[in-house]
Amino acid sequence: MKWGRLFAFLLMVAAIIGVTAGTVPQVWKSIPLGLDLRGGVDLLYAVDTPKGQSLSDSGRQALLKAVEMRVNSLGVSSPSIDLEGKNQLGQDQIRVQVAGVKNQQEAVQVIGATAQLAIYGDATIDKKTGKITPVGAPLATGADLKSNAKWVVDQQDGKNAVAIEFKQAQKWIDITKKYVGKPIFVFLNGQLLTDPVIQQVMYSGSSEISGGSLTTPQACMALANELNAGALPYPLTLESETSVGPSLGQTSLQRTMVAGLIAIIIIFAFMICVYRLAGLIADIALIAYGYLTLLVFSGLHVVLTLSGLAALVLGVGIAVDANIITYERIKDEMRNGRSLRSAVRIGNKNALRTIVDSNATTFIAGAVMYIFGGQGDVRGFAVALMVGIIVSLLTAVLLSRLMLLTFTASGAVRRPWWYGVGKGVLKRHETQV
Amino acid sequence: MKPRFNIVRLSKWFFMLSGAITIAGIIVFALFGFNLSTDFKAGSRIQFQLNQQVPDARVRQMFQSVGLTIGDTGLTVGGIERNVAIVTLPEQLSAKQIAAIQSAEHKFFPSAKQDIQVNSVDPFVAQQTARKAIWAVLAAAVCIVVYVAIRFEFRFAIAGIIALLHDAFIVLAAFALLRREVDLTFVAALLTIVGYSINDTIVIFDRIRENVKIHKPEDIDALREVVNKSLWQTMTRSINTVFTVLVAAVILYFFGGVSIRNFTFALIIGLISGAYSSIFIASPIWVAWRGRSMRKHKAVANEASVQ
Repeated sequence: MKWGRLFAFLLMVAAIIGVTAGTVPQVWKSIPLGLDLRGGVDLLYAVDTPKGQSLSDSGRQALLKAVEMRVNSLGVSSPSIDLEGKNQLGQDQIRVQVAGVKNQQEAVQVIGATAQLAIYGDATIDKKTGKITPVGAPLATGADLKSNAKWVVDQQDGKNAVAIEFKQAQKWIDITKKYVGKPIFVFLNGQLLTDPVIQQVMYSGSSEISGGSLTTPQACMALANELNAGALPYPLTLESETSVGPSLGQTSLQRTMVAGLIAIIIIFAFMICVYRLAGLIADIALIAYGYLTLLVFSGLHVVLTLSGLAALVLGVGIAVDANIITYERIKDEMRNGRSLRSAVRIGNKNALRTIVDSNATTFIAGAVMYIFGGQGDVRGFAVALMVGIIVSLLTAVLLSRLMLLTFTASGAVRRPWWYGVGKGVLKRHETQV
Repeated sequence: MKPRFNIVRLSKWFFMLSGAITIAGIIVFALFGFNLSTDFKAGSRIQFQLNQQVPDARVRQMFQSVGLTIGDTGLTVGGIERNVAIVTLPEQLSAKQIAAIQSAEHKFFPSAKQDIQVNSVDPFVAQQTARKAIWAVLAAAVCIVVYVAIRFEFRFAIAGIIALLHDAFIVLAAFALLRREVDLTFVAALLTIVGYSINDTIVIFDRIRENVKIHKPEDIDALREVVNKSLWQTMTRSINTVFTVLVAAVILYFFGGVSIRNFTFALIIGLISGAYSSIFIASPIWVAWRGRSMRKHKAVANEASVQ
């Protein structure tokens, strides 16, 4: 017996089981669950571009960024925001999916509220109601502002203020030139927000808004947020709002997990019954498969959906299949009268071609589904399938082969029975030997 | 495994079996269509919050009392405290019905925190996903044909794709025949089946390719023999592999959540069909096709020898 080889083998086993048992809860927690597993809202908006104009590249970027900021303010994990094809009216559509939203109404409001910022040169007050309405066309709108308004303390007078910045400095220069010494009126959704007096021409394209109700840092931050939210380049109209109930509710998710665990235990027991020690090695490689797949999901920030879960189960099947193909090959080789060690070597070699061809075909299917599947379920499945195939090639082929070769080389267990070789084969084998 | 019977010789029976299921499925589909879930149909969604965990049976009773029946997957429970009931119904509700549900809520759950909210449901999302899935599968099929044609040969590619479509079709037929509900999770199941089917088929094709290379069969009988031998050689692997994946699917069916029953059911049918079609459909198709071209060669050869 070669103790060094046996030690190397045991070290591999200990490392795999140790690392998996030690870190799998953290890894699992770091994987975001998708809309269908956690429930959430699916919102479809149409982009109201001005008549005759289509969405420009920069406009698209700005829009996606603005929506993302709004969604992020909800404090949910991994929202999905995608530009979809055009609707019947030829408008671009934007789809927002947020999983695990606690307050659906709030989500709709925050994302969908078309906070329209407009700066006017004049306004009138209705004496009776005290309502202030703008006069004339706006000098500038939210579309002209960068979405980086923030709370600042004015360096000269130490007052709280909100810093804003124009995308095109010239626009602000022109406005301030015209209105020096006069007030301008900033409206948000038709409500007067503030009416600062322009004190000087501002050549930098940036400015500060202060006075009025903006006395505390909180008020300034709130306005900055509103301004940033208001700087949506185009108004959005809500086209459809689908609340997705979790198809696996929390209790049902737990039950499914338990069921999955039972299934895995049965598969493990089956592999050990049929292939004995070799089966045990396959099981350990399978643990590594599961762990690595979760790690990749966590690392790539892949959102786990039901279809993704299905692909992972398929991945387990593919990984088990790779081991079964290899072991059956090894048995074939032993039937042909090879010694254990040479059967393991040749069997692995012959099985590899089969495994690579079948997995390459499935991988191609996955890659094509990724390209043609668009966003959402199909793509989630394709990603999980491709990850599953690559990881199963690494573990069920490379790792399991390395472990089996090391173990047989150690000579700790020589009887072919321990590798799942049947009695009939054995007898012939022994008489031949 | 030792050959128990000649699979290739009996292939016409297997073709007939698959054909019969498919035709029955098409007839039922043509007459009744699929039993589509609310995912795919316009309908209504009713949401309300209780001050307790949602009691499944009582909510169903409440809707029953106003003459509305909630389907198997029509009731989901949300909220951190599991106190939000979300009911989807396939019908558009009238103002009268909404009022009736409202008063039923007051009667059944007097301490409910919230009045009911009724939204109409747009099947747009599900329809679009299903459409994308179909395109994705068809595009995948084309690329698989190209790859297998290069690595193996064109006939293998077509036989493999026929088996793949066969499996997808059998599952669709089974759902149409058994009036099982087709929901959005069905799409995921179908994709999984397609992935499994092609993987399983290629493993067997690989063995056939290898044996054909070794034995070089010269007439159709020899070819049949080689294929039959290959099928039985890979039989242990076929059975062991399908057993492991089926175990997972069956256990998930019985012990997993009720809401994914349709999904796991589709998976079970598809996995059985996938394993079956690789052995009993794909390989015999290849033999028949390859044998035909062989016969032609032979006929040409015979003619040549006569002349």
